[in-house]
Amino acid sequence: MTGALLAQYREMLRIRRFEERCAELYSAERIRGFVHLYIGEEAVAVGVIGQLVQDDAMVTTYRDHGHALARGMDMAAVMSEMFGRVEGVSRGRGGSMHLFSAEHRFYGGNGIVGGGLPLAVGLGLADHLQGRERVTACFFGEGAMAEGEFHESINLAALWQLPVLFVCENNLYAMGTALARSESETDLALKAAAYEVPAWSCDGMDVEAVSHAAQRAVALVRDSGGPVFLEARTYRFRAHSMYDPDRYRDKAEIELWRTRDPLRIAADRLLDRGEATDEDLRDIDTEVTEEVDASVAAAEAAAWEDVDHLTRFVMSEGVPT
Amino acid sequence: MGEFRMPSLGADMTEGTLLEWLVRPGDVVHRGDVVAVVDTSKSAIDVEVFQDGRVERLLVEPGTTVPVGQPLALLSDEGAAGSTAPPAPVPVAASAPVPEPHEAHIAASPFARRRAVELGVDLSSVSGHGGVISVADVERAAAGREESATVAPVSSPAPVSSPAPEASSHARAMREAIAALMARSKKEIPHYYLTLDIDLHTSLGWLTSRNAGLPVDARVVPAALLLKAVAVAAAEFPEMNGHVVDGAYRPADRVNLGVAVALRGGGLMAPALVDADRLDLDALMTAMKDLVARARGGRLRSSEMSDGTLTVTNLGEQGAQSVHGVIYPPQVALVGFGRIAERPVALEGLLGVHPVTTATLAADHRVSDGHRGGLFLARIAELLDEPENLVGGRP
Amino acid sequence: MTAPTSVRPTTYREAIREAMREAMRRDDRVFLMGEDVGRYGGGFGVSLGLLEEFGEDRVRDTPLSESGFVGAGIGAALGGMRPIVEIMTVNFSLLALDQILNTAATLLHMSGGQFNVPLVIRMTTGGGRQLAAQHSHSLEGYYAHIPGLRVLAPATIEDAYGMLEPALADPDPVVIFEHGSLYNEKGTLPDPPTAVPLEGAAVRRAGTDVTLVTSGGCLGRCLDAADDLAGSGISAEVIDLRSLRPIDDDTVGASVSRTHRAIVVDEGWRSVGMSAEVAARIAERCFYDLDAPVGRVAAVEVPIPYPRHLEAAALPSAERIAAAARKAVLGDG
Repeated sequence: MTGALLAQYREMLRIRRFEERCAELYSAERIRGFVHLYIGEEAVAVGVIGQLVQDDAMVTTYRDHGHALARGMDMAAVMSEMFGRVEGVSRGRGGSMHLFSAEHRFYGGNGIVGGGLPLAVGLGLADHLQGRERVTACFFGEGAMAEGEFHESINLAALWQLPVLFVCENNLYAMGTALARSESETDLALKAAAYEVPAWSCDGMDVEAVSHAAQRAVALVRDSGGPVFLEARTYRFRAHSMYDPDRYRDKAEIELWRTRDPLRIAADRLLDRGEATDEDLRDIDTEVTEEVDASVAAAEAAAWEDVDHLTRFVMSEGVPT
Repeated sequence: MGEFRMPSLGADMTEGTLLEWLVRPGDVVHRGDVVAVVDTSKSAIDVEVFQDGRVERLLVEPGTTVPVGQPLALLSDEGAAGSTAPPAPVPVAASAPVPEPHEAHIAASPFARRRAVELGVDLSSVSGHGGVISVADVERAAAGREESATVAPVSSPAPVSSPAPEASSHARAMREAIAALMARSKKEIPHYYLTLDIDLHTSLGWLTSRNAGLPVDARVVPAALLLKAVAVAAAEFPEMNGHVVDGAYRPADRVNLGVAVALRGGGLMAPALVDADRLDLDALMTAMKDLVARARGGRLRSSEMSDGTLTVTNLGEQGAQSVHGVIYPPQVALVGFGRIAERPVALEGLLGVHPVTTATLAADHRVSDGHRGGLFLARIAELLDEPENLVGGRP
Repeated sequence: MTAPTSVRPTTYREAIREAMREAMRRDDRVFLMGEDVGRYGGGFGVSLGLLEEFGEDRVRDTPLSESGFVGAGIGAALGGMRPIVEIMTVNFSLLALDQILNTAATLLHMSGGQFNVPLVIRMTTGGGRQLAAQHSHSLEGYYAHIPGLRVLAPATIEDAYGMLEPALADPDPVVIFEHGSLYNEKGTLPDPPTAVPLEGAAVRRAGTDVTLVTSGGCLGRCLDAADDLAGSGISAEVIDLRSLRPIDDDTVGASVSRTHRAIVVDEGWRSVGMSAEVAARIAERCFYDLDAPVGRVAAVEVPIPYPRHLEAAALPSAERIAAAARKAVLGDG
């Protein structure tokens, strides 16, 4: 496994630096709309998605930049999407919340809490009916577990034994509502287990812990053909969407979680183990920053969709059936 | 470099109020430091800075509301870039809404209104069924009028005495019809335009001596002479006289000269002088007077409304020098005459003063081209130079 | 293509079943799912016998989870299948409206053309069976409002049969409304059946004095009204829209431009519904051809009540349609 953590560190740093730049560009009005930053939660995307193979599918939420980058989608194309340019991953039509890539079987950021879950079940159903051994990883926040669609979806997946990995990114707040204020049962794995689905939790701030848990979960889905529920306990360091006054959580709580910054944990471990030096980490930062710079330059240079094309992609254009 | 600006803190934020500075001039700040508190319309938010540097100058006092993007502080030592306050809003003088004059409305279906314009029926003279005029009522009215027109043709100008409210409603309907027709013309017909000044010295001199000694109602006005010249020329230029039907041009086998008539209540009609080229000058004069009177009285025959093959618009009385007209579909040409005015003319190396009119041709490029159009205008001028030849009629 | 050699007697219900059966035989990707479509044979008996022929994988009984199984249909379509999802009634479909609007209809656009959703959703609509206020409504307009969907309302046995195949072949989501009162309708299908187009309205009866524009379960009532009007010398043209999205403006416009009068007949509520949309399009397109105001006969604005006489009073009837047409033609009440 030597080198694995370093690679994961780099992936997490790519997401972090990308999103920091997004915040800056949002303040400068280069990026608009709702922008939900993943900062603090990077270990979950990197840890889980690292266990998927090319044929597997992903369904995610509006907090989707980290998932897209970890899945290997081109940073410049993602940034162009943030800018609303035609070179963006969704031709600029989706923006931050709606990143898509057919090439990566990335079925999108979904702006409806819980809305992606039935979709993931359907993708699993298609694989099941066609005898394909593929996994669909479905990411959602703990807030989605109060939605009917969570219960409908996990019930269907369990009932029909469909190969879906449900990944709950529990960052403790559904927008501004704390877990205990929205769930009668705050042990989310227990809740999922009520549907006869194997379910467990992991430390979502430790990329190695997430990796180990996800490796087991993905293997179980692949072997059994049925669903698994994995809860990653994590925390977002920034507001729900770009900026909010953070009245709903203590500054002290945020500071406490910041001591468990997934990047810091990984960096300390790399240095302790002698797998990297401070200089190595600085070099990585420089390279990642250059990649982010290049993605912004590409996005700034990218074209706008022609207004004459406004009504394209409402109905298919000669897609073979 | 070095401006810290009012950040955008939400998709709907256009301005923010600076509540508090958390830094002072001289402070060193780093990327990510919270430097100010800003009130959006939703809440107070800690605002971070995205660059390293030293606070040079604070540009905005706490309590000030400024638009997103406006510099709040200068960050580096250079600090040359001054902030420009947004321009003070220009007060817009509120103009009191002008009340719409109340107008009585004739209840008629849209289809009935359209047919009424086509048939030249004045809706105010039609009585509707159940209080609303339908197309059947309009067609009944048109049929009845046609009958009376053939039995007892009107020979003197009819008094225009329709009450004002109906007239203005009628005018509005007519304006709509004109707008639709003219828009269609401009959309469908590739117009080209030609202009020719025509010296009327000879013809008007001839006309004056002809009119001398005649009773007033037997005199011929210059407009009749102009119409006759156009009608005779039109018979010789089939590509100016006819209709485009279903995309194909059909030259007409007679000359029904549309005469643009301005109506007193506003609006415009172009009823046709049937067989204008065959009428002798006096008959043409009589027919023209009759046509204008009946157009203004709203009692035209439907054939006069629809059978024009070429239209003439004469601004003679109105003072403008020339008119570049819009062709009446499905016709293919329109001849305009500007005011007849005394103008300096070069005559065999000398300068003279003659009555001149500017004749214009608007013609359909799908049917003719400028060469033929030019010959057509020249022919009109030639005919007007020999006015005595315009007197007689043809069988 | 061979000319039809014979006709076979059938019903609207059997015609849909037959179309599904043939689609599943023809294409392994096609499967049916919904509440009680399997063992029960469908809430309205449409899928009776299909479970026995195709097995539980392809005729899937779902839990009572409209959002879940409609969403699963969308996912399965994305995963390469050609699902037919049955929702028992349009009222229940509201539980899945999130998936239909926010996912099925928008995914293609949000993804910049990357993900189309070849899904067919069938649902029962309409009143007339004394099923009261939660099983009787006609909410076609809700769906016809949504760009990204194709919305069909087969009013005849031929359309009920013939629309399914092209709907399954369509790359985008198609919602098919089956009026509950039509299932027992008896008729014939040409054998072999002739193909029907997905788009385009049909002139079901030619006429010259007034155009009745309708769809689905109201077609029969309009034809009855036209018979009645013919008795009093009024010639009514009856247009069956067939497709509620897109709407065939050309056929409607050409008819109204000839007859100069239009009555729009819809079983949905009058306000902000299908009838309002069709009337507005007629006004936009045919204003200068209209010799009478566009009339509407729609459901009275009340949740559909249970007693027969009240329900009848709430829904468009041949009498109300004929009266509206007479008023337009004769200009009096």
